[in-house]
Amino acid sequence: MRYLPLTETDRREMLGVIGAKSVDELFRDVPESARREGLVDLPRRKGELEVERVFAQMAAKNVAAGSVPFFVGGGAYRHHVPAAVDHLIQRSEFLTSYTPYQPEISQGTLQYLFEFQTQVAMITGMDVANASMYDGSTGCGEAVLMAHRVTKRRKAVLSGTLHPQYAAVVKNLSDFADYKLEIMPPLLPGSSEDIAARITDETSCVVVQTPGFFGELHDLRAIAEAAHAKGALLIAVVPEIVSLGAVTPPGEMGADIVVGEGQSIGNGLNFGGPYVGLFATRDKYVRQMPGRLCGETVDADGKRGFVLTLSTREQHIRREKATSNICTNSGLCCLAFTIHMSLLGEDGYRQLARINHAAAVRLAEKLASVPGVEILNKAFFNEFTMRLPKPAAQVVDALAEKGVLGGIPASRLLPGVKEVEDLLIVASTEINTDEDRAAYAAALKEVL
Amino acid sequence: MSGMNKQGRPTSIGGTSANGARETFTGNKALELEEPLLFELDNPGACGVDLDDPGEFASHLGNFERQGRIGLARVSEPEVMRHFVRLSSKNYSIDAGLYPLGSCTMKHNPRLNEKMARLPGISDVHPLQPQKTVQGSLELMNELAHWLKELTGMPGVALSPKAGAHGELCGMMAIRAALIARGEDEQRSRVLVPESAHGTNPATAALLGYKVDGIPATKEGRVDLEAFKSKLGPDVAAIMLTNPNTCGLFERDIVEIAEAVHEAGAYFYCDGANFNAIVGRVRPGDLGIDAMHINLHKTFSTPHGGGGPGAGPVVFSEALAPFAPLPYVVSGKDGFRLVETEDDAKADGTQPFGRMTAFHGQMGMFVRALSYMLSHGSDGLRQVAEDAVLNANYVLASLKDDLSAPFEGPCMHEALFDDRFLKGTGVETLDFAKAMIDEGYHPMTMYFPLVVHGALLIEPTETESKQSVDLFIATLKDLARAAKSNDKDRFTGAPYMSPRRRLDETGAARKPVLRWAPPAPAQAAE
Repeated sequence: MRYLPLTETDRREMLGVIGAKSVDELFRDVPESARREGLVDLPRRKGELEVERVFAQMAAKNVAAGSVPFFVGGGAYRHHVPAAVDHLIQRSEFLTSYTPYQPEISQGTLQYLFEFQTQVAMITGMDVANASMYDGSTGCGEAVLMAHRVTKRRKAVLSGTLHPQYAAVVKNLSDFADYKLEIMPPLLPGSSEDIAARITDETSCVVVQTPGFFGELHDLRAIAEAAHAKGALLIAVVPEIVSLGAVTPPGEMGADIVVGEGQSIGNGLNFGGPYVGLFATRDKYVRQMPGRLCGETVDADGKRGFVLTLSTREQHIRREKATSNICTNSGLCCLAFTIHMSLLGEDGYRQLARINHAAAVRLAEKLASVPGVEILNKAFFNEFTMRLPKPAAQVVDALAEKGVLGGIPASRLLPGVKEVEDLLIVASTEINTDEDRAAYAAALKEVL
Repeated sequence: MSGMNKQGRPTSIGGTSANGARETFTGNKALELEEPLLFELDNPGACGVDLDDPGEFASHLGNFERQGRIGLARVSEPEVMRHFVRLSSKNYSIDAGLYPLGSCTMKHNPRLNEKMARLPGISDVHPLQPQKTVQGSLELMNELAHWLKELTGMPGVALSPKAGAHGELCGMMAIRAALIARGEDEQRSRVLVPESAHGTNPATAALLGYKVDGIPATKEGRVDLEAFKSKLGPDVAAIMLTNPNTCGLFERDIVEIAEAVHEAGAYFYCDGANFNAIVGRVRPGDLGIDAMHINLHKTFSTPHGGGGPGAGPVVFSEALAPFAPLPYVVSGKDGFRLVETEDDAKADGTQPFGRMTAFHGQMGMFVRALSYMLSHGSDGLRQVAEDAVLNANYVLASLKDDLSAPFEGPCMHEALFDDRFLKGTGVETLDFAKAMIDEGYHPMTMYFPLVVHGALLIEPTETESKQSVDLFIATLKDLARAAKSNDKDRFTGAPYMSPRRRLDETGAARKPVLRWAPPAPAQAAE
């Protein structure tokens, strides 16, 4: 087998040193009833070429996003990733290293984590960020648990702006950790919700997403004030991190914790993962944060270096008293984010955001001209919602038949909610061309 | 100049410092290059991308237009390349050398798996595309699920957990959901966790509101069966046990443990971090386990990537399978289908406890793991376990007289030593490990498991050749000899040769600096 260096001669010699007759002897602690003599019922080994054929066949049964006019968002966005990113993250020294537990020989990883934390803090407008979470949705769950610890309260309020599957992740954690939760109904663009009225002396936090699930930009300032007046925290969720190149960051609107999905920068769609959760907060809450943190220090010669720090919050030290059970982060996805963000820099990041906004505005204008289509949003970034004259799920399937991936029917994530049945959530990024927009409008006209 | 010969070549290496290093003007040491922080490279006007201006359009940002400078560094592409290449050279990696981190399983990462994960038909697919357009992805998930179920002998699987600890959480949630369904949730509030467990186990149980109760180990490094049985009772929800355990030993009494757990009405959670030791040879389902997470980044070699991403699918017994979370894949007459809502699940006859993450799990890792599985096949995977165990036992047998081993072999995939061999030398486990860095090795796992004093846990893995393991053994023998013969400096000041010497971790924690900040204006003017 090409990945296994030991030869039969090696094995015999090694067994001799060990003083065992066969490898079976080394497994003698396994209860006899559980020892398998034969092979499990699965195919035998394959060469590279055969494996490539298997995956090529599966790949051929998908419609790749890049092969069609593509407008799907909802927490995962298709952006162009510069060629340098994938080259750099595949360097052995990054790809095949472990968590930087030995800082003397892990400064590469540690320094990029420090740079990542700085970039995330800057774009969110916060003081400090951690070295990443699994993704935006699990980060959102962790943020709610953190707010409970900070406030010593046990009830969270989730705004109707929150992605329904993020809400489901939070609900799941709350169900099992025995916290209370109030989930507001879906907030359609153009409507408002009185979240301030839901905040009481028992509330640990309110969770608001902007751009919201339906693409609308939301003002957090009044909510932050209302939360703080009752001693609660504001958690802001940003599912499309490119937006912060153009819109006011939650840190400037009073957020106490900002959670983001970082996939858009440096990372592909990958059918939902791996992604990279961004997690930022205020200095005063640092010791209640979940996840790994990288900090600056000096070595024995006085040279600047970096280490994982404040690990007394973490499970490998604190065990059952840890702030979270999290161990792994999204190391390599953070690296992709950091490299892409470094290439963009101040000007590129802002320009990319502008291009995205322009793409969505142009698409909205184009689609608004299709008879029967109503665009619901007032303020949006690169995603918006349209009301159709019939159920959106059918329309999306019909568009797919015509070779256009036209967005997400709200009903897919909010099944059974009557008022969203005709709503289609549409995203547009820098990848879309005028031809893509024209193809979408033409196909939509045909299927409505 | 006296040291130069006529060709201008130096004939001696005078002017070096005590440890052989020479100070340079740049601070660089030949191929080892110092690198500032990205933000210190900021050069207004530089940019690493070319993006066209979008032209005139009517902004719909309302009053949310971002004001002021963000602070991101402005750097061109060549500078970005050089920055990250230089950073990479400061990392140790499995591709560069043996990485014997016990319990972490640093084995070869085949590049075929990377190539497969990057096929556009696989990587460039959105999680919320219409299901008809993602049949290949669903087939891939279904195939991975099939392999995991066959290899473990367990009938249910949840693919969505994002990492090992997330898988533990998923497994324990399924257990609690089953207890709720049985009406026994209130009554069962205790979870038994051996003292040798990974820290994630007690942290996970505590997150779900369980009281964590430790189980002591025997002198042989295994669960104390009698002590364990005495702790069982009608208030116990589950046991969380790692097998092979963190001492690298197979729990001989595991079948009896499972029977006792089930007799007490509790469930058996197995931490599958060490599944690589038994894959293809032992099926956890045959041991009586109810739930087990599998670290795809360990057993099935998806790259660790400097600390992630991982992937932690969970396999379930018949009793727990119906409670597995959303979403999951089923195959029907119209192809594959993703069950993603409660109503869908009800129609399918299951009772999922909820949802672990927004989408479907670490698809990019699924591809790599399946590519690894297909490459090895049933025969290769069995060989993986055998060679991993063989290499570890070879290390144990070769070093047991030079280091000190707390437990009798055979071990499974990792060899555990303690610090008795360092007694009286003035060298501690940490110093010993740091001296390995100067010899070109990443240290083994230190001070874990907690049940052994000054633990040194070595996992060579099956992808090390005998030649490589022999040199490693010889190196550790030399270090042990040096420690015992009073060569203390080689250890207590180590490492000497790495890009950085020992770092001040206490200082870092006392006054945390967690981000770069621009220098204060007064200093900048200086």
